[in-house]
Amino acid sequence: MKEPLVELKNVSFKYDTEAGFALRNVSFTIFMGEWLAIVGHNGSGKSTLAKLLNGLHFPLEGNITVGGIQLAEATVWETRKKIGMVFQNPDNQFVGTTVQDDVAFGLENHGIERNDMVQRVSQSLEKVKMAQFLDQEPHHLSGGQKQRVAIAGVIALRPDIIILDESTSMLDPRGREEVLETVRELKQDYNMTVISITHDLEEAAKADRILVMNKGQLYREGTPEEIFQMDDELVKLGLDIPFPVKLSKMLREKGLPLSRHYLSEEELVEELWTSHSKM
Amino acid sequence: MMEKMIFGRYVPADSVIHRMDPRSKLILIFLFVCIVFLANNLLTYGFLTVYTFFMIALSKVPFRFIYTGLKPVLLLVIFTLFLHLFLTKEGEVIFQFGWLTIYEEGLRQGVFISLRFFLLILMTSILTLTTTPIEITDGLESLLAPLNKIKFPVHELALMMSISLRFIPTLMQETDKIMKAQTARGVDFASGPIKDRVKAIIPLLIPLFVSSFKRAEELAVAMEARGYRGGEGRTKYRQLSWGLKDTGMLALLAALTLVLFLLRT
Repeated sequence: MKEPLVELKNVSFKYDTEAGFALRNVSFTIFMGEWLAIVGHNGSGKSTLAKLLNGLHFPLEGNITVGGIQLAEATVWETRKKIGMVFQNPDNQFVGTTVQDDVAFGLENHGIERNDMVQRVSQSLEKVKMAQFLDQEPHHLSGGQKQRVAIAGVIALRPDIIILDESTSMLDPRGREEVLETVRELKQDYNMTVISITHDLEEAAKADRILVMNKGQLYREGTPEEIFQMDDELVKLGLDIPFPVKLSKMLREKGLPLSRHYLSEEELVEELWTSHSKM
Repeated sequence: MMEKMIFGRYVPADSVIHRMDPRSKLILIFLFVCIVFLANNLLTYGFLTVYTFFMIALSKVPFRFIYTGLKPVLLLVIFTLFLHLFLTKEGEVIFQFGWLTIYEEGLRQGVFISLRFFLLILMTSILTLTTTPIEITDGLESLLAPLNKIKFPVHELALMMSISLRFIPTLMQETDKIMKAQTARGVDFASGPIKDRVKAIIPLLIPLFVSSFKRAEELAVAMEARGYRGGEGRTKYRQLSWGLKDTGMLALLAALTLVLFLLRT
């Protein structure tokens, strides 16, 4: 059965500089091994949520437990070992002067022994297919490659959860696909839990479950199919519906007997070219 | 272009000097700077020169790289030479032409001091030409480690240095981008009187500063998320290894020092 890994109970949070709550009374559970997408437009509180999960901020009210341990000042370092984060800007999270130094940075921080470290660095880079760039300097890498190095840095620490905080939003389509493909493979190999925070519903469509955030509150929760039923409601929240979903909706309005919303182009094409023969 | 100035200095090659521990290279240079002042006659300066060229030969760095590094300071060396040549008025007159008088002592001092200068520059060039900036940082961190005892933040200093080194190319690219963006908006960086050109730098600097601060903040968050909490309990990925060649090189320098002590007048 599904085992809860992260639990949020009535979490509220507020930055000192702002008057309003960034998060208000948010509760949900993240299960082991799932791919959870958190969507919402700018300022919906989705990035704040990521920072709370990693103990970069602490909730004003309510509490968060990760793997049964409640998140607090005292436990934050333990929790950070379990949760790896990949941020938005590929440049601003690259600490090392070369690829291998950057992957090693997290390991150094956690006091991993050197022999172990060398092994983990090469293993992780192998996993993200960046092994041949060991001594490369960051400015010679593409955005997608830098993000893959960041992922290598995360998995070198063997976390249970990987949080992608808008990690693909600054990449070109190819870089985006590279990164997502890498995460998909890792999720399978290590049975990791993936939390992807994004405003790209196309990316979210491939998740197991979607949380929709709006104005600091949890607006809706469900499978991609359920979420995309919301149609116009999503548009009103400032989110852009994926093209196949839009198209299938329009086709249905034109009277085509499509049975459901299609989340991917392939599904829609498959349905369309076989629909005539069924009649 | 700027990138070449800072990073293009390192010339990769496989030589004894390249493979030396950065710590021993740093110690060597430091000691060399001290013992250069021991030389005070033809013989001792001769030994220093031979030693320096021996090191250049060992480093296998093509001479034209050393020359390009020297070019900007060569003028200063020549200036020093002339300064002593014309202004020192001791010893016998060896040359006189109109108001120009050159004394023996002036020639001696001029040649020796500019040679001293020249050798110092050569030796430090060898250091930067055979050692990557990050190796120098590692070497410094290790050498300064005892200062930790008096609460001097050695680890933080080394981290600052390595992060700066890592971000130089990134900020160069950014500067280039901003420059193009501002040129497209009509800022003229290349012509006009100096006053206007200095003013034109403002629309370049302000966006650069703003974005650098943003970068710094994001980097700090990312570092914290990756478990960074200061130097304590941290292990190191890069390792320095002191070998026989390092001890050997220092022994050679010690021998040179001894020779200088014996032969100086």
